[in-house]
Amino acid sequence: METAAGVEVCLPIRSDMDLVWVRQHVRQAAGRLGFGLVDQTKLVTAASELARNTLVHGGGGQMQASHVVDGQVHGLRLAFSDEGPGITDLERALSDGYTSGDGLGMGLGGARRLVHEFAIDSTPGAGTTVTVTSWATRPVRPYEGA
Amino acid sequence: MTDRLPTPGSGQVPVLRLGDVLLVTLQGDLYDSTAEQLQQDIGEAIAHHTATGVVIDVSGVEIVDSFLGRVLAEIAAKARLLAAQTVVAGMRPAVAITMVELGLTLPGLRTALTAEDALRLVTARPTPPRPGGAQAGSR
Repeated sequence: METAAGVEVCLPIRSDMDLVWVRQHVRQAAGRLGFGLVDQTKLVTAASELARNTLVHGGGGQMQASHVVDGQVHGLRLAFSDEGPGITDLERALSDGYTSGDGLGMGLGGARRLVHEFAIDSTPGAGTTVTVTSWATRPVRPYEGA
Repeated sequence: MTDRLPTPGSGQVPVLRLGDVLLVTLQGDLYDSTAEQLQQDIGEAIAHHTATGVVIDVSGVEIVDSFLGRVLAEIAAKARLLAAQTVVAGMRPAVAITMVELGLTLPGLRTALTAEDALRLVTARPTPPRPGGAQAGSR
């Protein structure tokens, strides 16, 4: 399927330069899968938050992007994984305002609000994987392009 | 390698001076380090040029995540301490929608729809502008 070309990829997250590549890849992949502008912006923003978490809190890792299909609807699934210290209190980490770094504490909880599906798997001492999925709501309506 | 990926906007963001106002145009995707450098550059430029206003044009910015949001808020806070006011101009609607959902409303940040409006805001000094927009020109 032509739209899926170039969507599936595994990108390293080792520096702030890699964050730029992650954002650009997600934007391009979401565009190819037919995401509208707002949905695209939300997913790229969520990816940026999660990739930064992987870098800052996980000590680096990777993002695996995959194309998912449900009936006629195309989606983009992004898995951010690291082998960092893990998250001991998930509930707290997901609440707004909580931060162990120097951000605004919006990263994890904020990213969750920007995507359709959100799953987190963290083992203290072994690492964290956050998987998000968003679906292209089709067809793209004319007013979204304005 | 992945094809057709545009080269990320790297390096440095120029800080232009227009009279008493500093104009900064953010374009494309910034490295975190570039954004942090910009924060420092603006502070120095305000002090050096005794600027009274800073206009940051974000019309070319495709996403504002919590990091860039924090940088913008800190630029405004530092500028305020240096007696300059900051206006963020030209935010794209999709960016604004996403920021609100992210929880990033940045209440302290002044905004304008275009860079031109922003310039008018920072040069019309004495009274803070009213939401109604009735600005009676000279005082």
